[in-house]
Amino acid sequence: MTGTFERTQTLREWLTDNEPSSRTQARFGRAYLSWRSLSRNPLAMLGLIVVVGLILVAIFADQLATQSPFIGGDLRTERLQPPSAEHWLGTDSQARDIYSRLVHGSRLTLMIVVLVTVIAMPVGLLIGTVAGYAGGWLDSVLMRITDIFLAFPRLILALAFVAALGPGIENAIIAIAITAWPPYARIARAETLTIRNSDFIAAVRLQGASTPRIIARHIMPLCLPSVIVRVTLDMAGIILTAAGLGFLGLGAQPPMPEWGAMIASGRQYIIDYWWVATMPGIAIFVVSLGFNLLGDGLRDVLDPKAAR
Amino acid sequence: MSSVNSGYEGGGRTRALFSGLGAIGRVLSMVAITILGLLAVTFFISRVVPIDPVLAVVGDRAPPHVYERVREEMGLHLPVWQQFAIYVTNVLSGDLGTSVLTSRPVAQDIARYFPATLELATLGTLIGTVLGVPLGVLAAVRRGHFIDHLVRVVGLVGYSAPIFWLGLLGLLVFYANLGWVGGPGRLDISYEYMLTPVTGMVLVDAALTGDWAVFRNAISHIVLPASLLGYFSLAYISRMTRSFMLNELSQEYIITARVKGVSEQRIIWGHALRNALVPLITVIALSYAHLLEGSVLTETVFAWPGLGRYITNSLQNADMSAVLGGTLVIGVVFVAINILSDLLYRLFDPRTR
Amino acid sequence: MKEQAPLLEVENLNVRFHLRTGTVEAVRGVSFSLGRERLGIVGESGSGKSQTGRAILGLTPPPGEITADRLTFDGIDLLSIPRRQLRNLRGGRMTMVMQDPKYSLNPVMTIGDQMIEAYRAHKRASRKEAREKALEMLEAVQMRNPGRVFSLYPHEASGGMGQRAMIAMMLVTDPDFLIADEPTSALDVTVQQEVLRILDRLVAERGMGLIFVSHDLRLVSSFCDRVLVMYGGKVMEELASGDLESAHHPYTRGLMNCLPALEGSAHPLPTLRRDPAWTE
Repeated sequence: MTGTFERTQTLREWLTDNEPSSRTQARFGRAYLSWRSLSRNPLAMLGLIVVVGLILVAIFADQLATQSPFIGGDLRTERLQPPSAEHWLGTDSQARDIYSRLVHGSRLTLMIVVLVTVIAMPVGLLIGTVAGYAGGWLDSVLMRITDIFLAFPRLILALAFVAALGPGIENAIIAIAITAWPPYARIARAETLTIRNSDFIAAVRLQGASTPRIIARHIMPLCLPSVIVRVTLDMAGIILTAAGLGFLGLGAQPPMPEWGAMIASGRQYIIDYWWVATMPGIAIFVVSLGFNLLGDGLRDVLDPKAAR
Repeated sequence: MSSVNSGYEGGGRTRALFSGLGAIGRVLSMVAITILGLLAVTFFISRVVPIDPVLAVVGDRAPPHVYERVREEMGLHLPVWQQFAIYVTNVLSGDLGTSVLTSRPVAQDIARYFPATLELATLGTLIGTVLGVPLGVLAAVRRGHFIDHLVRVVGLVGYSAPIFWLGLLGLLVFYANLGWVGGPGRLDISYEYMLTPVTGMVLVDAALTGDWAVFRNAISHIVLPASLLGYFSLAYISRMTRSFMLNELSQEYIITARVKGVSEQRIIWGHALRNALVPLITVIALSYAHLLEGSVLTETVFAWPGLGRYITNSLQNADMSAVLGGTLVIGVVFVAINILSDLLYRLFDPRTR
Repeated sequence: MKEQAPLLEVENLNVRFHLRTGTVEAVRGVSFSLGRERLGIVGESGSGKSQTGRAILGLTPPPGEITADRLTFDGIDLLSIPRRQLRNLRGGRMTMVMQDPKYSLNPVMTIGDQMIEAYRAHKRASRKEAREKALEMLEAVQMRNPGRVFSLYPHEASGGMGQRAMIAMMLVTDPDFLIADEPTSALDVTVQQEVLRILDRLVAERGMGLIFVSHDLRLVSSFCDRVLVMYGGKVMEELASGDLESAHHPYTRGLMNCLPALEGSAHPLPTLRRDPAWTE
């Protein structure tokens, strides 16, 4: 008869157990270790705070905003007011409270980032893994298409697409997504090439798994970390591209409180009323910086080879 | 890192030559396919435009038979592939269509605006390279010290700040408040028509004709946008230089050089940087290409009469042939820069010869 | 062996690396002295044998710290002389040949240019004189066509060729003392002997002091006068190469037992026994 032995584990012991008893435990354990090395990097934590802050502001925009982002005050007396106790960041040319507009604009920024990622990442992942796994002519064709899209400068291509689709935030998102996927496809393909010939893929194939199943269940999950790192590093770029489109009047249309468009609307007053264009720029800068810091930190943790 | 390890051991010169020719042939066919692809993309975009190109020509109130005739003249009744063939032939013969806005051929417009963009981007890359490479080298050598942190901060700001916003702030501070630089545009209005264009680049033209008053004025106008582009280029180049240098400095041949008693300065600038230069060429070329792209926003802010502003102006006026022509030209320049960097790479790395 | 003041004296040499995870002691209390003779240092990887050589040349990489009661070369205290003087000594009078010419030669410089650089770092000479000297040296390492090798890039040379060029480069300044750090382990077996023969002849002709670092006990004992056996950063035993059979330290015996013998069966295959007490 074997005696059952019971031991109470603390959560940390459970997470750092060298012999995890379930897949879930192993997974949580890995995540915990990654988190620990990420949390030791102060800059990455700063980035995380900014990103989490952005999400919270977007969620609680209605509570945080002091005034309506759309309806301004009295145009005769409240236009272009400097920052004050009543209007923390001043007012714009429509007598709207800049702070409240920035707070609501965070929703647009977050939406753009999320939607572009949700569209571009699966597309890139799919094209890259299929090209890498299939090889041959399919690989050549897919990679050639990828290269053609990479041959266009991103903002210019996005501009051309917006020009064709018409200005507006939805079209801006689609245009940015169309220009965003090629690097992900490249990375996924490179990863796939290193995985494709490994023994465990051969084993899965011998078990009779179909090609789509191998790609979806075995290859894609392994490509995911490096693609995620790249996407995180790209998010600042996405925000900047979206702001650029907004600045050119091709992104979100007035009166939406999109940060790039807000800079554009403050542009003509820049010399006498500097805050109108400056404040939204600071918001873009801080949020991009946050994503960049977080992306750098994630890369150090998930992809130590590339970290330098 | 590049790991080109040709297996042959000396003496295989002829073989090397042939593989060199083969490589050039491969590059050329790649370029042809890529450019055809670029054309396909611009053609596709022109087809999804919700604007009816016939209406743009004949107006809303044209009678149906006029509409039909124009439609046929424009080749819009033909099958799509045939239209594409016509489009490709036209573009290859230099016909990019006519701009609705300027009512000049788009190719002519581009030839006129492109030099301004080229001038700005070239100066920006020059600033970025001349400052960025040494800065990156020093950051790698003095890892963890002040200059290393400086490069990190410069890089982060460069990657995070919207270029058009920094441009506006620059105008506010250096032009409006301090008066150190000229304002928007390439020249003061009083100088505007004093110069006969030769290359289209104001600085070059002024220097060629020896018109130093115009030259000085042009400098005062270009310095701010060029520094701004230069800053973004510097952010990227210095960061990449740092990482390439760290890689090179950890290589064994550095120890060999130390064993030989070579001075530390020569090890850094002669051995490590000479090796780091190989991948750096690609980085600098890429940065140059991106400055051409960044010029779209910069030119808007600084009212710089270049290709970027031409594209955005045309965009706002739904002038599609102008937009697509400009997009295509920038795409082709992108490809050309890539080929150039590839050739330079071969020149600098004996392993690829 | 001639009686003379030792070329190199090492007493209680320690090399430590202070890392975030703690201090690694790579070399611990190593002492020996060397005349114009050949000393072999044998050990497995991580035994501190290479770090001992690098410490002598002042090439311990940054977080490393060197301490010693005595570390002199030809009476010069290597720990206290200015960096500049140490650099003149390095390459001029003491030098090193490393493991793999594929990595230890600069890939974007021709072999000739690298040799000229080595020569001109120490001798006042025109490029032409340096070139003559380099070609002479390439001939000395038995290159059939020195002129051609001179203008080759490292990747165009085979491993054996590269290592011979490396030896030529390191000896072009007529140094007194050479560290050969596993000079043949990256080469094809067929060219190993050739490279060793050349090294052997040059060292003998020029009367240099040599430290031969290797993991191969048999090779070292056939090549050197004395052998230092290292483990865990410490010297386990010092032997004349003729006395190998009478080695009494269990680690040395263990290493010797691992050499395959033609006669007799070796079942089970001997494995190396390591006793933590040795490194105490």
